[in-house]
Amino acid sequence: MLEIKNLHAKVEDKDILKGINLNVKAGEVHAIMGPNGSGKSTLSSVIAGKEEYEVTDGEIILDNIDLDDMAPEERAHKGIFMSFQYPVEIPGVTVTNFIKTAINETRKANGKEELPAKDMLKKIRETAQLLEIDRKFLSRSLNEGFSGGEKKRNEIFQMAMLEPKLAILDETDSGLDIDALKVVANGVNKLKSDKNAVIIITHYQRLLDYIVPDFVHVLHDGKIVKSGGKELAHELEAKGYDWLK
Amino acid sequence: MNLKGKNIDNVSRHGTRNTKHGTRNTEHGIKERRMELKEKLITSFLAFENSVSTDTETNVHDIRSKAFTHFEQNGFPTKKDEEWKYTPLKSILKYDYNVFPKADTAIEFKDVKKYFLHEVESYKIVFIDGIYSSFLSDTTHDGYDICLLSAALKKPKYKMVIDHYFNTIASKKESITSLNTAFSKEGAYINIPKNTVVPKPIQIVYFSTGSEAQLMLQPRNLVIVGENSHVQIVERHQSLTDNVVLTNVVTEIFAGTRAIVDYYKIQNDQKTASLIDNTYVQQQRQSVASVNTFSFGGNLTRNNLEFYHEGEHITSNLNGISIIGDKQLVDNHTLVMHKYPNCESHELYKGIYADKSTGVFNGKVIVEQEAQKTNAFQQNNNILIDDGATINAKPQLEIFADDVKCSHGCTIGQLDKDALFYLRSRGIPKKEAEALLLYAFANDALQKIKIAELKTRITRLIAKKLGVDLGFDL
Repeated sequence: MLEIKNLHAKVEDKDILKGINLNVKAGEVHAIMGPNGSGKSTLSSVIAGKEEYEVTDGEIILDNIDLDDMAPEERAHKGIFMSFQYPVEIPGVTVTNFIKTAINETRKANGKEELPAKDMLKKIRETAQLLEIDRKFLSRSLNEGFSGGEKKRNEIFQMAMLEPKLAILDETDSGLDIDALKVVANGVNKLKSDKNAVIIITHYQRLLDYIVPDFVHVLHDGKIVKSGGKELAHELEAKGYDWLK
Repeated sequence: MNLKGKNIDNVSRHGTRNTKHGTRNTEHGIKERRMELKEKLITSFLAFENSVSTDTETNVHDIRSKAFTHFEQNGFPTKKDEEWKYTPLKSILKYDYNVFPKADTAIEFKDVKKYFLHEVESYKIVFIDGIYSSFLSDTTHDGYDICLLSAALKKPKYKMVIDHYFNTIASKKESITSLNTAFSKEGAYINIPKNTVVPKPIQIVYFSTGSEAQLMLQPRNLVIVGENSHVQIVERHQSLTDNVVLTNVVTEIFAGTRAIVDYYKIQNDQKTASLIDNTYVQQQRQSVASVNTFSFGGNLTRNNLEFYHEGEHITSNLNGISIIGDKQLVDNHTLVMHKYPNCESHELYKGIYADKSTGVFNGKVIVEQEAQKTNAFQQNNNILIDDGATINAKPQLEIFADDVKCSHGCTIGQLDKDALFYLRSRGIPKKEAEALLLYAFANDALQKIKIAELKTRITRLIAKKLGVDLGFDL
């Protein structure tokens, strides 16, 4: 599904990614771990198409399509979703209206009709239930005055609504207490299928107790220095990152 | 929040500085023409005086003459005048305006329905080319007066009210206000006695039509709200063609003890229409007066808005949203005069400037020595969308009392790139994403609107102005 080949990227003349190779197949869960400053968040932003990052070499291919030069919204329309560490507040635009717009813009870009209001509401209701989101929450302004946990849960809500092929969860576990973490993980697990894939970017192993990865990669200084199965995460938790440098 | 701005005291920021070449001859030409307009107005005044000589019973005749002399001596403000430095009038004074429009234009309601807040029941005072349209209006004398200033100036039963209020708070120093006073004759007259809640909003609408190629209008509104009374007013100036119009309007608002006055100005006119709006508000103790100004259209728009306190525990609210582009200019010049203790003023102006448009904000707050325990807050936030757009922002706080809470904040910024990326990563195209962020930026000023239907209207206008259809009414 996703093929990253020899990816190099820089921001403001600073090389951050220095030759990443990653292959994600449908149905898989990958975890990318690494110390602060190793390039984890840059990798997710580059995949999602953030314009401030310049890809200097290599390629990102999603279902045989090269994503190079594609705007962030076009990548979203092709099925890439990234949950943000720090989602933006949009006063005056409700969670419901925001997600309606996002879904219908995506449908429009893919040559589909807008989702009928009735179906939209049904889907919103079901997804909210799945993620244990109170209905009142949906009529609040997007992220405005949300707690850290509410913001993260709202990100997963949007992911569930948009049904992406590839979801990248960037530090989704930070700021979540254990109960919220379980709800979020439970949501992700229920949405997982053999047609989509998940990349979890995290500093800690905690979230991986609940969303079990098929592969774990360690990122250091812009390169993947070690890959392995889920047991690698436990090893990192016990030993830290220093032994890999 | 979505703004990468910084707090500044006194700012003038330009995307690009425009230099003018070879305009010397034209400048000269304009100067002559401006002289012509002034001369024309001077000559017209005599004819005007004759035409309104019937209302000599009141002191209005003297008021007009004095104001006329003031204008004659001072003329139109120029860029040399500090208060008009960033708002040059010469481009709008060069026309040969007709100052006495003819009353022969009829308008069908269906053709202008969209300019009314027709979703709610309302009183209407409507003028076409400065002349009252009884056909489009819905006035009353039942319990309160919602009618015409011309009637109030003529009829003896209004003499006491007119003598007591008329031109008592309008500026005697601003020549453009004096010009209006000299020619004051027609406009809205609203007098609400004490203990009265006017059950529906009052709409004051000034249409201009194509029957005069170049038209100058000088409407005059007088609003008196008695003790414990409550009124909501929506004012709009709307040109129905692309002929040149210059409106110089003066509104005096008197809020009695514990009165609540909500005033809304919708400025979304054609690009050929310019507006100089002079609004003066006087408040008695415990009253709450709010003026909300929404500037989306027009060529040049200047809002002079002044609040004067005459008692304790007064609240004054000044809110504004400006969204302009092309070569439009919107200038919000505000003054809040704190004279008594324990009063509050809240000022919030948001500006979004695209293309080569210009924004001006000048917020003067004066807290006199007696005005202890004053709370005065001022906020002015601006976004420049394009390099060619300019904002000149100047907060001016003069505080002579020592036990007060006063603050001001002024920001100028661009849209936050991270915020934009967030929205686009959810599949929302760039243009729509920008519009959502701009809407969010203006949102807190929008939340001050107390008429739900008007709020819906304004949000739609904003979406339209930002050029997006989001599939929901923002």
